[in-house]
Amino acid sequence: MKRIKRNYVNQPIVKKDAASLLSGHPVYTDDLASSNCLIVKLLRSPHAFARIQKIDKTKAMLVPGIEAIFTYEDVPKKRFTLAGQTFPEPSPYDRLILDEWVRFVGDPVAIVAGKDEECVKKAMKLIKIDYEVLEPILDFEQSLDNPILIHPEENYVGHEGQGTDAKRNLCASMIHEEGDVEQALKECDYVIDETYHTKAVNQAMMEPFATFTSMDIYGRVKITSSTQIPFHVRRIVAHALNISKSKVRVVKPRIGGGFGAKQTAVCEIYPAFVTFMTKKPAKLVYTREECFICGSPRHEMEMHVRLGADKNGKIKAIAIHTLSNTGAYGEHGPTTVGLSGTKSISMYTGLSAFKFSYDVVYTNVMSAGAYRGYGATQGIFALESAVNELAHKMNMDPVRIREMNMVHEGDKLTNYYGESTNACALDRCVERIKEMIGWEEKYPYRVVGPNKVRAVGMAMSMQGSCISNIDVGSAQLRLNDDGFYTLLLGCSDMGTGCDTILSQMAADCLGCDMDQIVVRGVDTDQSPYDSGSYASSTTYVTGTAVVKACEKMKERILDAGSSVLGCPREEMEFDGQRVFWAKEEEKGLTLADLVTSLQAGADDVLAAQASHHSPVSPPPFMAGAAEVEIDLETGKVTPIDYVACVDCGTVVNTNLARVQTEGGLVQGIGMALYEDINYTEKGRLKNRNFMQYKIPTRLDMGQIRVDFESSYEPTGPFGAKSIGEVVINTPGPAIADAVYNGCGVRVRTLPITAEKVFMGMMEQNNGK
Amino acid sequence: MKIQMILNGRRIEEDIKPDTMLLDFVRAQGMKSVKRGCDTGNCGLCTVWLNEKPVLSCSTLAVRAADSRVTTLEGVEEEAAEFARYLAEEGADQCGFCSPGFIMTVLALKREIEHPTPDQIKEYLAGNLCRCTGYQSQYRALMKYFGVEEEA
Amino acid sequence: MFTIRKYVLAQDLEEAYTLRKKNKNNVILGGTLWLKMGDRSIQNGIDLSRLSLNQVEEEGDSFCVGCMCSLRDLETNQALNQYFQGAMKEALRHIVGVQFRNTATVGGSLFPRFGFSDVLTIMLALDSYVELYDRGVIPMKEFVALPVDEDILTTVFIKKDNRKVSYQSHRITETDFAVLTCAVSYYKGKYSVVLGARPKQAVLIDNVELKDGKNEQEVEAFIAQVVDQVEFGSNMRGSREYRKALAKVLIRRGIREINEMEEEGQEK
Repeated sequence: MKRIKRNYVNQPIVKKDAASLLSGHPVYTDDLASSNCLIVKLLRSPHAFARIQKIDKTKAMLVPGIEAIFTYEDVPKKRFTLAGQTFPEPSPYDRLILDEWVRFVGDPVAIVAGKDEECVKKAMKLIKIDYEVLEPILDFEQSLDNPILIHPEENYVGHEGQGTDAKRNLCASMIHEEGDVEQALKECDYVIDETYHTKAVNQAMMEPFATFTSMDIYGRVKITSSTQIPFHVRRIVAHALNISKSKVRVVKPRIGGGFGAKQTAVCEIYPAFVTFMTKKPAKLVYTREECFICGSPRHEMEMHVRLGADKNGKIKAIAIHTLSNTGAYGEHGPTTVGLSGTKSISMYTGLSAFKFSYDVVYTNVMSAGAYRGYGATQGIFALESAVNELAHKMNMDPVRIREMNMVHEGDKLTNYYGESTNACALDRCVERIKEMIGWEEKYPYRVVGPNKVRAVGMAMSMQGSCISNIDVGSAQLRLNDDGFYTLLLGCSDMGTGCDTILSQMAADCLGCDMDQIVVRGVDTDQSPYDSGSYASSTTYVTGTAVVKACEKMKERILDAGSSVLGCPREEMEFDGQRVFWAKEEEKGLTLADLVTSLQAGADDVLAAQASHHSPVSPPPFMAGAAEVEIDLETGKVTPIDYVACVDCGTVVNTNLARVQTEGGLVQGIGMALYEDINYTEKGRLKNRNFMQYKIPTRLDMGQIRVDFESSYEPTGPFGAKSIGEVVINTPGPAIADAVYNGCGVRVRTLPITAEKVFMGMMEQNNGK
Repeated sequence: MKIQMILNGRRIEEDIKPDTMLLDFVRAQGMKSVKRGCDTGNCGLCTVWLNEKPVLSCSTLAVRAADSRVTTLEGVEEEAAEFARYLAEEGADQCGFCSPGFIMTVLALKREIEHPTPDQIKEYLAGNLCRCTGYQSQYRALMKYFGVEEEA
Repeated sequence: MFTIRKYVLAQDLEEAYTLRKKNKNNVILGGTLWLKMGDRSIQNGIDLSRLSLNQVEEEGDSFCVGCMCSLRDLETNQALNQYFQGAMKEALRHIVGVQFRNTATVGGSLFPRFGFSDVLTIMLALDSYVELYDRGVIPMKEFVALPVDEDILTTVFIKKDNRKVSYQSHRITETDFAVLTCAVSYYKGKYSVVLGARPKQAVLIDNVELKDGKNEQEVEAFIAQVVDQVEFGSNMRGSREYRKALAKVLIRRGIREINEMEEEGQEK
């Protein structure tokens, strides 16, 4: 269809919902809930580990306005997982709606529903619970084979192939080795052997978890929720309530950010259960504190890296063992950990051997979940730090050692399911950031004042585009009056702009204006199935489904044109606005006329649909470099400049890709420098609000500069790969190395606080 | 207790409880642009104007707004739309959840300092958290809106 | 979340004080930022909004700051900042954000005598006094040592004594609570140091002599003596050892800044 020109892909198109979001229209979950909803709150365990002996709710039930109070005695006994993953989920079935055992400070013990917040809070204070308080496991290094069992229950279900063994507190385990890594390390001239540690940082999306529920006119539970995974929520709630999926409908309005937090059904089951039991509408909006104490943060990981190179700096062997802390429940436990080895090791080629192994353990802290980067962030912090350490040990420039070892286009990826790169501009990305930051002039550091230095550091990153062979995206297109299209999607726009991006693709495929594409948010009753917006899959997988659906739609338009006009099908053409006979162009119909002629007494609807999954998950790549200022007297590290260059294949929306990158980088900077997680000795989280958990403000991030190096991914829509996650991975290792370059202190546990740097400098001085 | 106020230019009289917070009050009045993002006064999402000054409605008693002017994004639509265009053109709206409080603070800044410097802009807006954008696109929009020439 | 049974808009201070004294659950309402985060059941919430206590005024040899004055008003008060070379602004600008400082009041910030308080630190470094409704006017230093009782803080007086003040702080993020606050003041040849967020309450150390603020050795000896008198503690934001080390750095920087101010003053 050579006449159709590309007008929208690779352009800075304004988001379709921008005007409505920016004028403050009521489009989010809590804005849409009706005022007659029962207010639902959860009474939570004050103990890290305990068994409920008795719950007395009689007094609480007497509070005027209280509708229902549910405890573990009232809920179905079948275990499930809240992880939003394609069925059968790899995450173990280790949860009940409410359990007799409480496994972390904050684990729900009762669901209280009443007419307003006041009565619910009053009732919560009147519920009397006797606990048998048990000794918890709070240190994840002490969990494996500990005599204390966090999941002693008989009906625990672990899934095959994950290495799950609840009797060892083991959520998942695996060893994968290619070549003989011990031998290869022995043969290396230089070996780095260090352990790196990242904590359970919180996504801190601005909109808290929020859900409201009601019975629809057909007696089904209708759930409106701020979620990335509407179709999985349908299944999870059906499992939890032990009812048929046909009895559940999920609607996703606009979402105030997710970053993976909402890839777990954190709060949906509670109001859904209330509505199911009482038949009344119900609403649960988490407080910020609840988002912190029982959300779905990043998995805390400790990674032991052994990295060896020959005398020239060629990396020959990598061994990574990851210990991951899944917390009280196993959501995303078996899967996040894998990325700590696949997305890190695979950036390097030409190894003679590698080994990646892991244990994922239960502890008595809140369950972890999915956070942008999903394990890759942790693994990349570890391996990129180790590569930087190797460079310093060998007295090599960290950029040079990357140039010698990084993956190039066409290379087989080292630890990536046998895949090779079709499109890879990592080399150009590294070259570009070197130029952008002024590496030659600034490496390793410059003195900028008394006791002040500015130093640079760099790192590389990769991610995937979808979960290969599992993620599914679908699109349905309908042609309507006047020739506009309805594009029905099942993926969740959570502010990222995928509704817009997919419309850009559709408009370019169909050769129409953006205004001619109307997108629908997700409603599981209407939208085609989509596994959800996670794993960097939407642009790549759902995007391809959109392209396929558009191709089908064009065929349908040609079919219809041919039959209405009575011209031979194979001689029909469509230029986006008109369908016509190629031999006599005046003989044609505008789309509007075509629809009109089909609407009166027609037998068919002009619709097309397509679904897509991918056998491969082409990695986007990037390189990032940080310039920081270090106060040599206090240890304070101030970000000055962060440059990044991304290869996400074709950039579909130049604005939105840039903003994704900038946003991901600042989250990465937060994790690198500020965001800390601390528990009391009894397992109570200390960082439970924005007063104690510090995400960067606009005064804490320095300047961010982003560029793109294009590649063309033949399996992606318009050559696109993904961008959502790859962008969060470089700040940790790049800033850590900048700090080392500036003051010689190596920090291997994030965040890099001024105190750690200061104490490191003190140790150095004492050593001298 | 009964209070009167001018909410977005309209005089209203309502019966409230002494501990009703301004955030809950204005949302109940239909001003759903005002968002709750935290419990501790740190996020800035609930920013409204009390007598033209930006305040945290989550922490201000509604009764304190008695006989005063309260303005939310719904009350400054046109002025907001002008700045919103700059945001949209940078793709800086993203999830949009922090936008209303952010825009209210930007417009307050404009009234307080007509031609602020980049540092003044950043400092004035430090109390408005955003997790999506990394602030950089907001900053680009702000530079254009305030007509600040970027240093080369 | 707190609850308030009854809201009382005080007609005068006497009414407010009488009510306050009657019951410990009768509470003076400041900016209600802290109150809201707590869980108190308040019987009478007493509002001093209409008692003309929301101004910063210059009166004779003092600045008079009403307890209902917002932190933002204090921060942006031109006369005050000009007089103390911007020290007040420097002390306040890190407190969360503009809308927070517009909401928070001077009385609400000072009366609880919070350990982390930037306001308390800077006030202690100035020759300041608080007027308590019952007790009368007392120096800030004395006020800090008093237990929190049912008196009402009505006004803060800051003497215009031409002192030089340098405000220093160390924070993890720019608008976070300080890991340590430090204000160094210089008045009639005498240096004093206030250290706050230790994490305990700010303390004023004014008993150590420093003759020559430009003599490095003397300065170091001064710092060592000051720091030795101060008790530091650990919390999530920093350890005792780190705070102690920071104190030395911040005092040194404060003295240096004061020296610079002095030199500028002489040039003029």
